[in-house]
Amino acid sequence: MSDSRNFVLGVYDDEDVLLKAVKSVRGAGVKIDEVYTPFPVHGLDEELGYKRSRLPIAAFMFGALGTTLAVIMQVWMLGVDWPMIIGGKNHVAFPDFIPVTFEMTVLLAAFGMVGTFLVASDLKPWKDPKMLDLRITDDKHVMAIDLGKNRGVEADKINSILKDSGAVEVNDKEVED
Amino acid sequence: MQVTSPVRTPLITGGKTVHDVTEDVCRQVEGKPSKSWLMAFTVAGGVFIIGLLAVIATLWEGIGMWGLNKTVGWAWDITNFVWWVGIGHAGTLISAVLLLFRQKWRMAINRASEAMTIFAVICAAMFPILHMGRPWLGAYWALPLPNTFGSLWVNFNSPLLWDVFAISTYFSVSLVFWYLGLVPDFATIRDRATGIRRKIYGALSLGWDGAAKTWSRYESVSLILAGLATPLVLSVHTIVSFDFATSVIPGWHTTIFPPYFVAGAIFSGFAMVLTLMLVTRKVFKLEDYITIEHIELMNIIIIVTGSIVGIAYITEFFISWYSGVPAEQYAFFNRMQGPYWMAYWAMMTCNVISPQLFWIKKIRTSIAATFILSIVVNIGMWFERFVIIVTSLHRDYLPSSWVMFYPTIYDIGVYLFTFGLFFSAFLLFAKFFPVINMAEVKSIVKSSSEKTA
Repeated sequence: MSDSRNFVLGVYDDEDVLLKAVKSVRGAGVKIDEVYTPFPVHGLDEELGYKRSRLPIAAFMFGALGTTLAVIMQVWMLGVDWPMIIGGKNHVAFPDFIPVTFEMTVLLAAFGMVGTFLVASDLKPWKDPKMLDLRITDDKHVMAIDLGKNRGVEADKINSILKDSGAVEVNDKEVED
Repeated sequence: MQVTSPVRTPLITGGKTVHDVTEDVCRQVEGKPSKSWLMAFTVAGGVFIIGLLAVIATLWEGIGMWGLNKTVGWAWDITNFVWWVGIGHAGTLISAVLLLFRQKWRMAINRASEAMTIFAVICAAMFPILHMGRPWLGAYWALPLPNTFGSLWVNFNSPLLWDVFAISTYFSVSLVFWYLGLVPDFATIRDRATGIRRKIYGALSLGWDGAAKTWSRYESVSLILAGLATPLVLSVHTIVSFDFATSVIPGWHTTIFPPYFVAGAIFSGFAMVLTLMLVTRKVFKLEDYITIEHIELMNIIIIVTGSIVGIAYITEFFISWYSGVPAEQYAFFNRMQGPYWMAYWAMMTCNVISPQLFWIKKIRTSIAATFILSIVVNIGMWFERFVIIVTSLHRDYLPSSWVMFYPTIYDIGVYLFTFGLFFSAFLLFAKFFPVINMAEVKSIVKSSSEKTA
């Protein structure tokens, strides 16, 4: 197996052209490895056929965990472990527990979801992202096509498909794995 | 795709391109600090050091250094605490609530106002921490930690404890929201830098590569975070108001407090955002991104929230008379006519009367007038907290214990300390971090810049 992957990069400078290009390139039977953009382009994930993220479900689960932990903690501490009469209230004065329960729900939902996002997207401080083009984080949208995954289509044909779809540049790039 | 009406005024002026956004924002981060920045930082640092002396004295000698006494056990410190927390409301409101309402004008100002939120909440936290007297033991009083004092847990019935949870959750969720927004922008700076700067910004950017898959997840994370942060913003000042509203002190135990405090917090928060943004846009030459349009919209929010606060003052007054409770009636009469009448009228003038000037279009689109009024609003909001706290306490149910509260130099010093901390932190942020959310602003360049509109 080879240690490097060969990419053809279509560089676009307009998000609307890019959206149409994704459609036409995919329509021509070319598999797109990934599209890199400097800012979120709405509708791009649908054009690329990505499924909707399940992160909201993760957020809900972590939130439910937060609610449960908060209720158990408060009921156990003030109701079971060391019951005291405070202001003549019941040991478990439930309405008083609502603010802390709410805050714990939000805290766990937010941290759990962001943590899941970081793990799922493999974002970490020591990662070197090996940018295919340094202008991606500035103003260029780059469509990366892995030649290894498109053996059925000739490289020249991919080049012309990209050019026809409105790419301002078409570059080759070899990436060490 | 989104359709922008051609009759809308452009959010970004000066015919900027996407690349111009990168250049305009990164220039501040990459260049040497300007002379005005160095001067401002020296002043803020000086104030911080002077204030630190007061903090050290307070920790060494105890909180007896403050002007508190047996009757007024809470005064300057809690006033500052509530004031700073209130200021800390604008950032997350702008980024979360305005995101849910799809207000695109938030994009140019959300980064800096979120930073402001974080620093303001840090400043706020200083006061309860110092008021503990021995903050190194404070974790046992504030957090449910197992301990050897007889397994005593914290009191979950107390609004003060709810405050600990509310403010620490608000701080950490705001921090995460802010940092997540910074990640793509750190990647932009990383890809323009070399050497050690590339390493530092590379680590900060968490290896961001701008892949469509990541952006798609990122967008849903932002939306859910905004959805979580919205009730959170409203809960924080509601719970702060419970500190007072659940007590039996005349002038405090009113049910109007939660909405009234939240409106006041947004009011003062927007005023502080305006104060900071007017300076930032001038110093960093960001007039094309933070336009008069932005200033006008923020001023409109100030009129709305200022008027809500005004109505709350009047309602409180009416209800105290209508209740027929002599202690309650006296508390409000004493606010207006008592020894602290100046604080009361400063509050009324600064919060209720002067913001009404923003009804005049000329005033709300004038930079000088906005700057002055934004500071006036924050002075007024400080007096509001002072009035609520000190005038209610200093003459309570027992006339023999009536006293006056006067701040000592240490009270003022600790307040100065938080100012030094706030402005030093903000200046460091403005120099080393991108002050405008580049990725978000780039997404609206095409649909809302002058050139294409």
